[in-house]
Order: sequence, then structure tokens, then C-alpha cells
Amino acid sequence: MEKRVLFRSSWLPWALLTPQLAVIIVFFFWPASQALVQSLQVQDPFGTSVEWVGMQNFRQLFSDSAYLESFKTTAWFSLLVATLGISISLILAVFADRVVRGAMVYKTFLILPYAVAPAVAGVLWLFMFSPTLGVVAYALEHVGIHWNHLLNSTHALTLIVMAAVWKQISYNFLFFLAGLQSIPKSLIEAASMDGAGPWRRFWSIQFPLLTPTTFFLLVINMVYAFFDTFAIVDATTQGGPGRDTAILVYKVYYDGFKALDLGGSAAQSVVLMVIVIALTVVQFRYVEKKVNY
Amino acid sequence: MVERNPLLDVISHAVMWLGVAIVAFPLYLAFVASSHTAQDIVQAPMPLLPGGNLWETYKTALFGGGDGAGSTAPVARMMWVSFVTAMVITVGKISISLLSAFAVVYFRFPFKMLCFWAIFVTLMLPVEVRIGPTYQVVSDLGMLNSYAGLTVPLIASATATFLFRQFFLTVPDELVEAARMDGAGPMRFFKDVLVPLSSTSIAALFVIQFIYGWNQYLWPLLATTSEDMYPVVIGIKRMIAGGDAANDWNIVMATAILAMLPPAFVVVLMQKWFVKGLVDTEK
Repeated sequence: MEKRVLFRSSWLPWALLTPQLAVIIVFFFWPASQALVQSLQVQDPFGTSVEWVGMQNFRQLFSDSAYLESFKTTAWFSLLVATLGISISLILAVFADRVVRGAMVYKTFLILPYAVAPAVAGVLWLFMFSPTLGVVAYALEHVGIHWNHLLNSTHALTLIVMAAVWKQISYNFLFFLAGLQSIPKSLIEAASMDGAGPWRRFWSIQFPLLTPTTFFLLVINMVYAFFDTFAIVDATTQGGPGRDTAILVYKVYYDGFKALDLGGSAAQSVVLMVIVIALTVVQFRYVEKKVNY
Repeated sequence: MVERNPLLDVISHAVMWLGVAIVAFPLYLAFVASSHTAQDIVQAPMPLLPGGNLWETYKTALFGGGDGAGSTAPVARMMWVSFVTAMVITVGKISISLLSAFAVVYFRFPFKMLCFWAIFVTLMLPVEVRIGPTYQVVSDLGMLNSYAGLTVPLIASATATFLFRQFFLTVPDELVEAARMDGAGPMRFFKDVLVPLSSTSIAALFVIQFIYGWNQYLWPLLATTSEDMYPVVIGIKRMIAGGDAANDWNIVMATAILAMLPPAFVVVLMQKWFVKGLVDTEK
């Protein structure tokens, strides 16, 4: 798609593009290519000797049980965050769409977590579930659950899932609400004239029309769970207990900056890049399909 | 609504209340905690109603002087760092994206599509997957612990460029012709016609990018080592370095509230544009 009328200048477009191109070359393409190069090298922590090792870092990575464990943790974590986040916000959006009185107040409250930084969300939930002084941990004690995310990996995983979902609900909610409100009223009215109750209308009209939104949100939520939850993990469990909540992004950071295994960390970055590319392609396919509607 | 159904209305309100309660409870608790003394909070169960220490807690948080186990640096300074960072990122992103979108839509030049795709591909390179080498570049340029280091690497924006491109494509060609007939050059057209027409998209992006900049975590964690360059989101994490009881939880929670206020303010104030922007950018 192109404009019929264009300006003519040989230098101006380049001048306009220079700031953006300079930033992406220096801070995106150069580091990304460095990550590729480093993933094929072994470097000692002080950077004094570098050796080419080809695919060795990758071979090592995929035979390392800790890394495979981290893959499994990430898969579980993302799946839980995406499904819980999407279903809770869908329920909220469906009912918010019905409510007339007080709708504005409800909506304002429900979108508030969007403004909260993941790290702050992590700290809030950490405070509520702190084994020694948390209010919720105290309440759980009374119903016989001995909460301790510092020792129990299931508790630790539950904690980061809750914080991550809480943070993401508002985003999903907004998309579902926008989706619901774009469904023509006449369609709903026609269905109810034919005797379809609210339940029936939801399953046979609203939900099918929301599938594209749901799919889109699934991809977005996966990306969110993969990358943006680093702050939540770092603020609450720091990958513990043991390495049981060390999701992939956390492990890249930990191995590169704490354990100083540069080659291994770079190899993990490359694996992550492949995952993002795959997710972006899926998303792009979806965007293209949407245009054809 | 289509039909009147009192039972369903009651259920709807009940679900809304439940949702609001889940969303608001952590926030309320943070507020309550920030209104007590550190000693009151560590007595389990902590009080569930506000106490009388509100003013002192916020004063200690903002100006420093707490005696918790972790960092006790003044939060006022951190808020300032966060604010400058978020503003530079937001304004920077919007300006360079406007300029590049203008270039790719309104000019024909060699390698145009290549440039567009080069920008678009950066969507696939989030900072998380290139932290090591990016840190290396920034450190080689001597930009650690500076506003430049905190902001410039985050300023490129494929999404914003894409959004402006899509918008510019819908602007009628007649406007260019009219501007030309009046003798206006490309930059004049950009400044007097295109930018004012884009004001809604700009406002929406402002909200989204301000929050993005304010809430950054991983990058500032690497790019800053000195306490006076910590954004507030990093600062709060440094405060909880001690064990459960050793932290001044009232001050931590006051900091949490302070860290949430500016982005929450922006969201609530610009709710309409924000919703429009969110729905338009990502789709």
C-alpha cells in the first residue's frame, strides 16, 4: 500500500529515519548478533580468553537437567498464567458488559493493576503471603494450610502465578470488553427474540465472536508470562526454593550476571529469541487473517 | 440490556464486586500497612484498619532515614529518576516513531522496505533476550548509571512506528496536494497537518509508553549500580533485602503506593485514550 502523492527528496527521508535506525543498530542488531556469536564461544568470566566451540553450548544446555527443568517450569507457569488470566477476565468482562449502574466505577478499579509495575505487584503479593507476617498466610493457617513459599515449591509457583495473573487481568479485561461491545446489538436482540436465554446467547453468539480476541490474548499472555514476569520472580522468589521457580528469562539473567557463564547465557538467549520469533510469526499470521474478515 | 432479568443483574453486580475486591485488596492492604508503624505490622495478624502513622511513614520513605535491613535511600530521589526516565522514553519513542513513519509513508527512496522491516523485526528482540550483549554495549559507551543508559536502549519502538504508519496511510491524499498548492514543504506539512491530526494516537501512546517506562525493571537493574540512579521500582526491591521481620514493611508499602501513584494517575485521567490506544495498537 502506498500513497498516490509523495514528497520528493533524496536526503530528507534518511535524516528522518536516522534516529530510529541509529538506536536499533546500536542497541538491537549489534547486541543480538553478539548474542549469536557468544553462544558459539566459551569465555572465561574475566574475558581474558575466548574459544570457539561451535554448538557445544547448545549441546550442553539441552543435556543440562536444570535447563530442561526450567523449560518445564516456564511451560507450566505460562500455561497457568495464560489460562487463568484469560478465563477470569472473560468472566469479568461478560458481567461488566451487562452492568449499567456503576459500570464506570467497576471498570476504573478493574483496570488499575495495569498501572502497577510487575515488581511492585510481586512485592504486594509477597507481603500478603509472607509466612511470618502475611495476612493471607495467617488466614490460611487457620484453615489448616501451612503456607511457606520459601520451602514449598508448589506454594512458590502458586505465588508467582497469582501475582502475574492479578497484574494481567486488567489488560485482558479491556480487550474482552472492547470485543463484547463491538458485537452488534441487533444480533443479541434477534437471538433473544428467538427465545435464547443469556447462557445460550453467550455460548452461541458472544463466545464464538470472541475467539479471535481470545487467541490474540493467548499469544500476548504467553509473551507476557515468558518475558515480563522476570520482575515478579525476582521480587518474590528469586527463582527459589532451589531453582524451582527459575523461569527461562530468570535463568538467562542468573547464569549471565550471577554465575558469569557468558556462553551458556548467550545460548539461552538464542533459544529465547527463537521462541519469540515463533510467537511473533503466529501473531502475525493471526493479524493477517483478521484483515481478511 | 435486551431483557430485564433481576436475578442476572444481582449476579452481575456480585461478580463485579468480587472482581473489584480481588483487585483492590492488595492495594488496600498496602495502604493500611503504610499507615502503621513497623512494629505494629510484624504482629501477626497485622491490623486491617488504617492507623495513625501515615504522615511519618511517608515522610521517612520520601526523604530517607528508615532503619530497615535493606536499602533506606530516599524515595523522592527515586521518583524523580523514574519520572525523568519515563518521560524521556515516552517523548523519545513518540518523536522518533513519528519521524520514521513519516519517512516510510510519504517518501519513495531506495531500501525503504528494508528500513521498515528492520524496524519491525526489533519486535522480536525484547531486551530480555539480549541482556548480556546490550549491557556490554552500554557499558562500552560509558552510559551505565546515567539517564542516557536508562533510556536510549529502550527508545526504539516498532509498535509505535507501525501504529503511526497505519494511521498515516488513512490520511487523505488531498491534504498533501492542498499543502503543496499552498507552497508548504514536507516538514511544514508534517508539523502543521500530520502531527495535529495524530494527536489522539499520540495521547494514547503517551499513556502506554509512560507506564512502560515507569515500570521497567530488568534493564535498570543492570544499567544502574549507584543508589542515586535507582528508579523507584528497583528501589523497592532493594528495600526487602532483609528477612521478613527485619524490613520496615510500612515504609516498603508506602513506597509501593508512591510507585503506583503516577502511572495510576495517568491511566485514570486518560482512560478513554488509553483504552482506544491499547485496542488499536495491538490489533
